[in-house]
Amino acid sequence: MTAEEDRKYAGQTLAIKRHFEPVMTEPIPARMYLKSPGWIEYARAAVVLAVGIAIGLAIPMLRPAPAPLTPMVQLPIRAARAHLVYSPEVRHPVEVDAKEQDHLVKWLSKRLDVPLKVPVLTQEGFELLGGRLLPGNDGPVAQFMYQDPAGKRLTLYVTPTRKGEATLTSFRFAKEGKVSVFYWIDDQCGYALSGEVDKTTLAKVASLVYKQLES
Amino acid sequence: MDYELIVPYIPNLRRYARALVGDRDGADDLVQDTLERAVRKFHLWRPGDLRAWLFSIMHNVFVNQLKGRKISPSVEIDEEMIPAHMPTVNSVDVLDLERALVRLAPEQREVVLLIALEDMSYADVSRALGIPIGTVMSRLSRGRERLRRLMEGEPPRELRVVQ
Repeated sequence: MTAEEDRKYAGQTLAIKRHFEPVMTEPIPARMYLKSPGWIEYARAAVVLAVGIAIGLAIPMLRPAPAPLTPMVQLPIRAARAHLVYSPEVRHPVEVDAKEQDHLVKWLSKRLDVPLKVPVLTQEGFELLGGRLLPGNDGPVAQFMYQDPAGKRLTLYVTPTRKGEATLTSFRFAKEGKVSVFYWIDDQCGYALSGEVDKTTLAKVASLVYKQLES
Repeated sequence: MDYELIVPYIPNLRRYARALVGDRDGADDLVQDTLERAVRKFHLWRPGDLRAWLFSIMHNVFVNQLKGRKISPSVEIDEEMIPAHMPTVNSVDVLDLERALVRLAPEQREVVLLIALEDMSYADVSRALGIPIGTVMSRLSRGRERLRRLMEGEPPRELRVVQ
């Protein structure tokens, strides 16, 4: 009966459809773009607060276990360690010498899978010695090494950020033992400039690096 | 919030509500109440046919609105029961679509409209309205026939003047 009836009333069905079709394209009243109802917002806020309190209460219990280090927290630590390992090297401070700068940049860009730039720090008295590839947390990282006429060395540690993990940060300073580190993260990489120099000197160089990389 | 999932269905809900309620403001109120209820109950939705779920919510809201107006939707309203709605029995009145729809029993109107506007299957309508498929079919059949008569001006056969 149904197919037959459908045919019988096909005209009626079409008339209904046509008659109300214009409603489909009417602008939707603003009031219909609801936010969640107010009480849901309150409920959410309450949940957030409760979780916050729970975490706050739990923290003293958790204290013996070290908090997991996020890549962001690890960045200055790893950079400072890499600096400590390689900057005292007399004979092999770098893997690829600055004389082969083009090759160095191409090679490291390829291995890190991001286009790298090598900052020029001559105006602050530091010349590029070269660079090397290092094992990072979950993939290769690059280290560029600079030296001033007095033999003082700075290293720039570059680690690509994984998608979704990048949290942009402004300049930050950390001190790991004798090593001072300025570090920041942009949309592609985390950078850390390390050196056993005073904070002011390092800050000047770091801002030069930052300017050149972000330009 | 999952409101973004619901937004694409707003035009469909509005179209159906307009046809079901008749007037624009009343229809948008129905949509609004439906949306608010859907957001409140969203945690009850199990991934599946979101459209059918939304229309079932609209059905519930609609039924509640009818109850609020003291019209029991569970009673199938036959032509004989609402003679007052028929203007004059002797003059054959040709109604336009909107006025004719309003004169359908709400239960019949819902089924006719869901099938005409949303191309729903009987099973979809059965789920959206919470009624057996057999009921969907009989309401559709009666609704279409009554709508046809209202629009073609053919007086219902058993209609009698109630003095």
